Amino acid sequence: MKRLLGFYIFSFITLVLPILFPDNYYVTVVGLTVLINISLAVSLNLLMGYAGQISLGHAAFFGLGAYSSAIFTIKYGFNPWTAIFFGLLIVFLLSYILSRPILKLKGHYLAMATLGLGIIVHIFFVQADEITGGPDGISGLPTLSIFGFPIDTDLKWYFIFAIFMLITVLLSLNIADSRAGRALSAVHGSEIAAQMMGIDTAKVKSHIFVFSALIACIAGSLFAHQQNFVSPESFSFFFSIELVTMVVLGGLGSTFGAVVGAFILSILPELLIVFEDFEVLIFGAILMTIMIFLPDGLFVAIKNKIAFLAFKRSQKEVANATS
Amino acid sequence: MDQLLQFFISGLTVGSIYALVALGFSIIYNASDVVNFAQGEFVMIGAMSAIFMLKAGIPYPLAIFLAILISATVGLCLEKFAIEPAKRATVVSTIIITIGASIFLRGAALLIWGKDIYGLPPFTDNTPIHIGRATMLPQNLWVMLGTAFLVIVVRYFFDKTRVGKAILACSYNKKAAYLVGINVKTMLLIAYGLSAALGAVAGVLIAPITFMTYGAGVMLGLKGFCAAILGGMGNSMGAVLGGLILGIVETVGAGFISSGYKDAIAFFVILLVLFFKPSGILGKGEVERV
Repeated sequence: MKRLLGFYIFSFITLVLPILFPDNYYVTVVGLTVLINISLAVSLNLLMGYAGQISLGHAAFFGLGAYSSAIFTIKYGFNPWTAIFFGLLIVFLLSYILSRPILKLKGHYLAMATLGLGIIVHIFFVQADEITGGPDGISGLPTLSIFGFPIDTDLKWYFIFAIFMLITVLLSLNIADSRAGRALSAVHGSEIAAQMMGIDTAKVKSHIFVFSALIACIAGSLFAHQQNFVSPESFSFFFSIELVTMVVLGGLGSTFGAVVGAFILSILPELLIVFEDFEVLIFGAILMTIMIFLPDGLFVAIKNKIAFLAFKRSQKEVANATS
Repeated sequence: MDQLLQFFISGLTVGSIYALVALGFSIIYNASDVVNFAQGEFVMIGAMSAIFMLKAGIPYPLAIFLAILISATVGLCLEKFAIEPAKRATVVSTIIITIGASIFLRGAALLIWGKDIYGLPPFTDNTPIHIGRATMLPQNLWVMLGTAFLVIVVRYFFDKTRVGKAILACSYNKKAAYLVGINVKTMLLIAYGLSAALGAVAGVLIAPITFMTYGAGVMLGLKGFCAAILGGMGNSMGAVLGGLILGIVETVGAGFISSGYKDAIAFFVILLVLFFKPSGILGKGEVERV
């Protein structure tokens, strides 16, 4: 109970919010973006935070999920769920085949390779207009329905996104405390040391890469159905960077760090709208400042500060008791 | 054949620009182990400042000189205010800091110069030169010769001058360099300034051929990064070679396949290089120290 206490509180807040404020713009409109971004950031954190492998192309898998749903339902007339399955299959094969050669690379080289992958996929979305509809994208996706109940309002979508997001968070928390999670942090610490302890580092890294790609893919499919529309813009290089920023802003390696980071970065544009043209400038400034002065991330820094204060207080109590 | 020659000429022109960006990349990488994602922004700032100073009535050569100076100043500021304060930064955090810097600079450019597309007039009279059935603009020649000149100057700077050698010393071992009396902080500043100046020259050279907007630096910067990896990260002559090859491959590929896939071809080549020979053409294989 104690291990997942944070998760229960978080789930409670997420699920109660729309019941209390069903018509609030920030809950049912901005909230949807927040939820999908949290899922994506948490999935990216599995790769970046746990295994220490940077990815500047996560938006590619998100996009592939979205486009698979759009293409298979509209162009080929498949049932939405079958289309989601096809999307998963494509992303699984692609990420599995690419995972080993890509994850053999480190540091800047890994950054370049994932960035290149993301850009190639994005160019494919823009250029292959017979399949992807080109820069205009594809519109008119059918509504998704679960056991015959159509998901046709923002409020219903909120619950679907929220449940998906909570499952992602739960999986991420459980992986951290599992054998696989410990293997990942060993890889993060030192790959050679991990190999010495008998961890098949290539396999561990490849599994987490595929897993995080699959989560992004499902998120993409859901996003496409909720929006009713896909276009290349949503899956560009810049979105990949935004996702990395979310993870780093909250604190690499912390699931709730990724949640906080995604939350802040999704709300920020709404707040910065008043600044209009200054938005880009402020976004860049925040990114730099956080990274220079709080390299552990906002959430982790605050958490450590609280732990430190608690520790000092307990020491004081011990000192009082003994004197 | 004529078509191939034409592609070769345009490829060499674009490649020269990539080479300059990649050279700037590798100077910073050597001096401070930072991959500077804001490198493309130096190109944009150089070109845009020159364009607007020319518009304000400043004579062309002076405008170019001032533009290079502005860009170099931005480079110095980047080192002073973003890289230096982040002392215990990891590879991932320096990547994100420079990405943040590039977004910031782009945001600033958007505020100052707006979203419109601008161009520079060519340096000299622009009657096309015919080579066989291929044509070439004098500006193409300016780009190639300018790049060649700068590459030689940079080479001379690092091989023969005291300051250049001191920067190289920092790149091998900062602590040892410090112990023999080299002012490491100043050397880093010089490296960033030099790299930004090179970027600005690239921008001024290319602006009369392609056009410039506040966002044009992103792709140029990424291509420069590609070129640097292609040639072998940290090897300056490799970076130049990588830039030229990338430019030619990209242009020829775009000509024969489809121009829409131009950027995809470049990145595809880089993925192949990374998969099969990550140390690049001129790079030596790295041995990881445990």
